[in-house]
Amino acid sequence: MHADPKGVMTGVHFIDGDHAACEGALAAGCRFVAGYPITPSTEVVERFAARIPEVGGCFIQMEDEIASSIAILGGAWAGKKVMTVTSGPGLSLMMEHVGYAAITETPCVFVDVQRGGPSTGLPTLPAQADMMQVRWGSHGDYMPIALSPSSPQECFDLMIRAFNLAELYRVPVFFMMDEVVGHMTERVVIPEASEIEVVERRLTAKRPGEYKVYGTDGSLVPEMTKAGDGHRIHVTGLTHDERGYPAMNAMAQDKLVRRLLAKINAHADQLVDVQTDGVEGADIVVVSFGITSRVATAAVDAARAQGYKVGHLRLIVCWPFPAKLFAELAGQVKAFVVPEINMGQMVLEVERAVAGRARVVSVPHPGGTVHEPAVITQAIVEAGR
Amino acid sequence: MAKTEIRVGGLGGQGVILCGHIIGKAASIYDNKYATLIQAFGPEARGSACSAQVSVADEVIGYPYVKNPDILVLMSQDAYNQFIGQLKPGGLLLYEQELVNLDQRLPAGARALGIPATRFAEELGRRLVLNIVMAGFFAGVTGLVSAEAIEKAVLSSVPKGTEDLNMRALRKGYEYGREQAAAPTQ
Repeated sequence: MHADPKGVMTGVHFIDGDHAACEGALAAGCRFVAGYPITPSTEVVERFAARIPEVGGCFIQMEDEIASSIAILGGAWAGKKVMTVTSGPGLSLMMEHVGYAAITETPCVFVDVQRGGPSTGLPTLPAQADMMQVRWGSHGDYMPIALSPSSPQECFDLMIRAFNLAELYRVPVFFMMDEVVGHMTERVVIPEASEIEVVERRLTAKRPGEYKVYGTDGSLVPEMTKAGDGHRIHVTGLTHDERGYPAMNAMAQDKLVRRLLAKINAHADQLVDVQTDGVEGADIVVVSFGITSRVATAAVDAARAQGYKVGHLRLIVCWPFPAKLFAELAGQVKAFVVPEINMGQMVLEVERAVAGRARVVSVPHPGGTVHEPAVITQAIVEAGR
Repeated sequence: MAKTEIRVGGLGGQGVILCGHIIGKAASIYDNKYATLIQAFGPEARGSACSAQVSVADEVIGYPYVKNPDILVLMSQDAYNQFIGQLKPGGLLLYEQELVNLDQRLPAGARALGIPATRFAEELGRRLVLNIVMAGFFAGVTGLVSAEAIEKAVLSSVPKGTEDLNMRALRKGYEYGREQAAAPTQ
């Protein structure tokens, strides 16, 4: 399917990441947003609220983030593509409904423009410290998808992918921006609607009575319906059977939880996405994501100028983590250097995948600004010794 | 062309961010170069310190911050005090000459060109357009963005109904910049 032209602002723009993310959502077909504005994500909903009346859809400014995150799930079951937008403090409040989205398999996008934490922390300054929260923040076992854009152009492009993945896998998809990417202005090219591929919801063709709301027919992702189309459906956060009715026993739990994980894990090879530069033949590989990947390019260039064989690997998809790729690389490189604007989060995944077969050097940063490139260069040099 | 790093500084309400935005937009959309704009983001309101960082290059820009600008565009004494020490040796300072007093901190070898941008803007009818006079002055002196590109950038950035005033402001700054750039360095 191609994008609905009504939502596509075709042209060449000079806009920041927040605005580009909003345009990406509109192009992807998002027609319902509920949110509680919070710096540094406010511009996303501000633009959505201004644009949606002309596109056709709805924005509601809710009373808080808890209400926002459940309102979008209702909107999804009413048939819309939905999103909420927040930053760390709001994300913490939304965690209950992340789990609800996971167990009810509700397609939705959570945008997190990351700022310094914990708590209200640094409202106007960057961090990348919510990476583990989106993986593990809600209780129970589930597997989300998380994308990490590093430029306004990617805020547009990857947002379309975020919505497409939400529909394909029926999971909460996290869009992990940061304050710098959100407020950085660059050229953003928005193509014609006919050049934008969007995934529409897989709605059941079954008649009422034949359709089971969580029946999978052997696949891993059930077909969906929307409220009001005639199917009697029951959607609950309790462990449920294929009809959606509570089934609070170990057997139903086993079947449901294993499938919730398997629908992502079985497709991990298709889902993972990295950008590499000079990784083949490198002694040291710098691993980065989001704004830190832009900063790390300066460090990689400086280390190469000193004669070090350095590769650069950028995580575009952070969850699922490309563990298999790192396991393969571990046999080929001496060390991984992992700068991130947190005190060491994704580096734990790198360590887990590498399993002691190469050195893993964390370059943490508590947030408020980006790394000094020289600090990353120094870590590369030390790792290369 | 290597990367050219620019910092625009002044007070909230002077249109500092828009001035940086117009330079970046001219370069990246209308001159087909690459440009990245980062704005100092905080609780600043009208009258407090405000600045924008713009990088312009022929290739993709990695590191987006400006630490030691090649060009400083300053519209207040506070901005001068804050940023003059960062100017690269041999760099260029463009300043609002009735709002900024130069002193011995101007780096050796730096070139400094002033413009009475606020007075020009007032003469054109609205003090508000001093940032557009500065943007024109920038283009006229540096040639980093073409006259055509910065005109298009201004026209696509200012409110409807103000195009004529803004074009006159831009051209005033641009012509003054061309004259100043051609004059022998004092």
